[in-house]
Amino acid sequence: MTAVPFSSGRADPNQVGNDQAGGHGHARARSDGGPAPKRIVVSYGFWIFLLSDIVMFSAFFATYAVLVGETAGGPTGAQLFDLRNTGIETACLLASSFTCGLASIAVSVRNRMWFYAAMAVTCVFGLAFLGLELKEFASLVLRGAGPSRSAFLSAFFTLVGCHGLHVSAGILWLLTMVAQVFAKGFRADIERRILCFALFWHALDIIWVALFTVVYLMGASR
Amino acid sequence: MSLQDNQSFAPDSAPGDEQAEGHGVASAVLVYVIGLVLAIVLTATSFYIAGTDLVWAPSIPVALVVLAIAQMGVHLVFFLHITTGPDNTNNVMALAFGVLIVVLLMGGSLWIMAHLNHNMMPMDQLMRMQR
Repeated sequence: MTAVPFSSGRADPNQVGNDQAGGHGHARARSDGGPAPKRIVVSYGFWIFLLSDIVMFSAFFATYAVLVGETAGGPTGAQLFDLRNTGIETACLLASSFTCGLASIAVSVRNRMWFYAAMAVTCVFGLAFLGLELKEFASLVLRGAGPSRSAFLSAFFTLVGCHGLHVSAGILWLLTMVAQVFAKGFRADIERRILCFALFWHALDIIWVALFTVVYLMGASR
Repeated sequence: MSLQDNQSFAPDSAPGDEQAEGHGVASAVLVYVIGLVLAIVLTATSFYIAGTDLVWAPSIPVALVVLAIAQMGVHLVFFLHITTGPDNTNNVMALAFGVLIVVLLMGGSLWIMAHLNHNMMPMDQLMRMQR
């Protein structure tokens, strides 16, 4: 009975690994000593935020799905949606997600020129997406199908507009990251922010997949 | 602590981590290219299915949902680098909880509201009763 691992009160009963002694030899930490690196803590926290954002979107999706038939005698989705426009928007967002991935590779190999180029292309595709969406909203309002026309259109503008606001915020964040890399270089904290930005941008594309399927494709084929 | 233990307790990886170190830029880019190609194929199929007369019409929404879920999976794996590896357990658990809430919220809302609509008196009769 000599090998009782945790005899004192300050032992680590749940083996979370925050053992001060470090090389005590028993605390089987995930990373073998001390808490996780800041990079992992930060991006894990941001991942939790993104999931909560997706939960918020799911509430808007549920609202839209409940109200999709309540057109109050007004136009339905099949009469309003232009799938060609939606297709171009989808292509823009997918391409920007790809170039955003290239930008994070450029960060990992510390290549400034590739980073600037990839972020610029991402920004252009994001702005093209926003422009197409605003054009669509404007033409809907001009045709008398604004958000106040019916419960269906209120839910539509809320859901799609919320995604558009996220994309706008993402573009502001993108420009901020480019400016920070320009002014401060690839510092550890800047790198963590770029990682979070890339997660945000890819998550927006995931939400858009649900959006073009539920709203546009199902609406047009209804 | 043996070498075996060290391997089975690999450090966590952050969501979105490239894991490009030691593998070169080319393979990191290749991951994104594979993801892009798969996403394009799935998106194009979705848009094609939505407008076609080739398949039985009531099956179209089901096909669209399946394609969308597949594409979200492609984005998660190839763009966000969420994998099933032991270093990703925390990320996957958080994702699973998020998916649970999303399913409860959407399924519950649709179910309850469909029942309410089904059981509610038609609006014109309701109006007549209130006069």
